[in-house]
Amino acid sequence: MRSTFRRGEMSLAEPAALPAAAPAKSRPHVVRRLSAGFKASLPAYLLLLPSLIFLGAFTYGAVGRVIVDALYQRATPRAPSRFVGLDNIAAVLADPAFTGAVVNNLIYAVGTVVPSMALAFLFALALSRTNAVTSALRAALFLPVLIPMVAASALFLFIFLPNVGLLDHYIGRLLPVLPNWLGDPDIALAAIMVITIWKNAGYYMLFFLAGLQAVPEDAMEAAYLDGAGPWPRLRYIILPELRPTFLFVTVIAILNAVTQVDHVFVMTQGGPSNATSLVLFYIYEQAVEHYDVGKASAATLLSLGALMGLTALSFRTLASREGGP
Amino acid sequence: MNPFKYPVKWLFKDVPLATRNEITPKLGFALVVLLTLIWLIPFLWMVAATLRPASDGINAMAELMPSLKPTLDNIRDAWEIGDFPRYALNTTLICTGILLVQFVTVTLAGFAFARLSFAGKTLIFYLFLLQLMLVPVLLIVPNLTLVAKLGLYDTLTGVMMPFFASAFGTFLMRQAFEAIPTELEDAALIDGASVLARIRHIYVPLSLPSFSAFAIVSVTSHWNDFLWPLMVINSPDKRPLTVGLSVFTKTAEGTQAWGTIAAGTLIVIAPLLVTFLIFQKRFISSFITSGIK
Repeated sequence: MRSTFRRGEMSLAEPAALPAAAPAKSRPHVVRRLSAGFKASLPAYLLLLPSLIFLGAFTYGAVGRVIVDALYQRATPRAPSRFVGLDNIAAVLADPAFTGAVVNNLIYAVGTVVPSMALAFLFALALSRTNAVTSALRAALFLPVLIPMVAASALFLFIFLPNVGLLDHYIGRLLPVLPNWLGDPDIALAAIMVITIWKNAGYYMLFFLAGLQAVPEDAMEAAYLDGAGPWPRLRYIILPELRPTFLFVTVIAILNAVTQVDHVFVMTQGGPSNATSLVLFYIYEQAVEHYDVGKASAATLLSLGALMGLTALSFRTLASREGGP
Repeated sequence: MNPFKYPVKWLFKDVPLATRNEITPKLGFALVVLLTLIWLIPFLWMVAATLRPASDGINAMAELMPSLKPTLDNIRDAWEIGDFPRYALNTTLICTGILLVQFVTVTLAGFAFARLSFAGKTLIFYLFLLQLMLVPVLLIVPNLTLVAKLGLYDTLTGVMMPFFASAFGTFLMRQAFEAIPTELEDAALIDGASVLARIRHIYVPLSLPSFSAFAIVSVTSHWNDFLWPLMVINSPDKRPLTVGLSVFTKTAEGTQAWGTIAAGTLIVIAPLLVTFLIFQKRFISSFITSGIK
């Protein structure tokens, strides 16, 4: 690269004076420009290199390895791997445990994203003015965001404990039959969702609070002058203004619904009878418990595809939020 | 106005005059107060259960009213059963290691995006942006294989490595650097300072608030990481707090030692909660910039 450039430079400095410049002149113009561009860009590339090495190994490279791994299979954990094409993907799609996990994850996503965002928006609306009381309430609602999902699980294990647990102690008496919150396949997923909502609503509230700060003052004042009540103000000024915030929060909330599932590992292990098995848990089970890297990779690939498709829709929003290229 | 005599009026004293008689916002506020109390219940129970003596019996375990004879026995038991100082040390090492390397990578890359023009800038920007969506948690399987190949299975370095580069941090630093006037740098350029010297002596000192915002988001998120260290770490003495707590919970659950579990949880979350309560404003503004880490 370097020598190419030197020759190019020489030909610019002393055109046609040297015989050696003749081949350089016939060299395609593009190459010369590219190499000049590379030299000028070199300092930037060196600064980006450390980041690109790690991103290359653990992000882009990882995606590449997932694609390759998904195409190979071993008969036993020690057998040599052989190329099987799309067999792994077909096997995963035909696996009722996987389709079950996908269905569970869809229910879990809708059942956590919608309520936690609605609550977060309500919190933000009520606490948008700043005084000692609202600050204290915001801090209290934000506490669950800071604690590890594992710690939240430890607390909710007792809350959901049959008979002696917190829920049964206080609310259970009102019910004719005490439900087994984590042990009943019909209820366990909902119980898991409650934890997620509790943990994330305070986080999403922050984005809505920031969004509400940006609602133009004069639009609100015009509404007051016109005598618009709270609902019309919400419907015609606040909600349209917060559209980008809603979009952004929806994306993070959906990503969280796929990735933030530590409580499944700690509390239910996907049970009872796979009722709380989510996609990430399925991937973990295939890789760590069944040593089936092929199937785990195929499942990873499918979920990556789904998430990428989804986030592609919001790529523009995200790019402009990060300041554009 | 007396806040205790007219609490509602006092709370709504700064709303626009035209809306002062509206009922809906006040009902909404009351609902949020009620929900906040519900939100705090798990924490209240944790504190009450931690301080409750075993002599209160299993049926009093769910009471939110603290026991009249508070005890620190549960904390002592949890401290003895779980190897919490060791777990805390491991978590601290992981968070510090990640953060130190990240500081270097995001500063350099952030500077390149903020101040240099180079061929393929748009393409590289989108490559970085892509990392925000290729959430590392989803890539646990290929990354575990790579960490094992590098001989880093069951090491703290293996836990840290996938997070050494951060697109979020890069974009945050880029924003901070772009806000620094170029005139400052021109003086240094005349003095013949190299790129690295300019970054170190001009850009970094002027961007400390952004570094602290990034540090808060990075440390809280890696303090709470569970699945990745669970897969990489095998030896009990290398477990971080989250993995340690999950093992501890499983053991104590078997013996129905709920007071001990509450105490263990309290030990694990106390450092972050206390730091948050001290630096509340800073935490909140840092988290607003995060979104996707």
